[in-house]
Amino acid sequence: MMISCEKAANICDKAQYEEASSWEKIKLKFHLLMCKACAKHSKDNTKLTSLCNQARLAVLSEEEKKKMKETCSKAK
Amino acid sequence: MEANNLNPDKWIDLYADYLFNYAVTRVSDAEIAKDLVQDTFIAGLKSAKNFKGDAAERTWLIAILKRKVIDHYRKINSKKGKAEIRMSYSSQTDAEGDWLEERIADPNSNFENDALENEELGLAIQNCISKLPKKQAQVFTMKTIEGMETEDICNALGINASNLWVMIHRARTGLMGCLNQNWF
Repeated sequence: MMISCEKAANICDKAQYEEASSWEKIKLKFHLLMCKACAKHSKDNTKLTSLCNQARLAVLSEEEKKKMKETCSKAK
Repeated sequence: MEANNLNPDKWIDLYADYLFNYAVTRVSDAEIAKDLVQDTFIAGLKSAKNFKGDAAERTWLIAILKRKVIDHYRKINSKKGKAEIRMSYSSQTDAEGDWLEERIADPNSNFENDALENEELGLAIQNCISKLPKKQAQVFTMKTIEGMETEDICNALGINASNLWVMIHRARTGLMGCLNQNWF
């Protein structure tokens, strides 16, 4: 039941991507009750996730970037 | 001003995503946004010798992109013919007789502000990502923005899952610090 802060942070990161198991999440909750520092980190981490979702970020794939580089070097 | 010397080879790696986000929020079409970014890089390349180095590269590229976005709208407008302004009392016929005042924007709505804020937020996050070490930025982007599976990222980059989580952790901590002043 007892986990280290390091382990708690790891579970917290996984939880941001829905990759933490239920048992891990219980252990995390328990740890956060006792550890103020981790509770703050966990809150900020969750906030970061919601900011990223809210911003609806978009990126170009590596493929697309490669194509861009080729087009640019031809245009030189 | 050596720090501001142009380095076109690195442009795409450094700024493509930032410019793309800027463009995509303005034209709301990924394909068009991509073309505009491409045009921006080419225009930048061609006028690189005119770059005075008094603005940061990214600011300079954004200025070019801004022109491209305006040109884009100009082009699609001229295709449609002259812009037409139609004002009708009400679009709903059964609303005849309703006061126009009832149809103005809700002053308590912050829907529009949200859109503006989200755009700023997107660029702020992109900016912070670009300050991360390259590998961290890459892993974070693949996982968070592209939504790739852990296993697929590990295979693509030749790392194991615990490497991946360490990098995700560092990236997220870095981003929290970077975004801290304005967004937390």
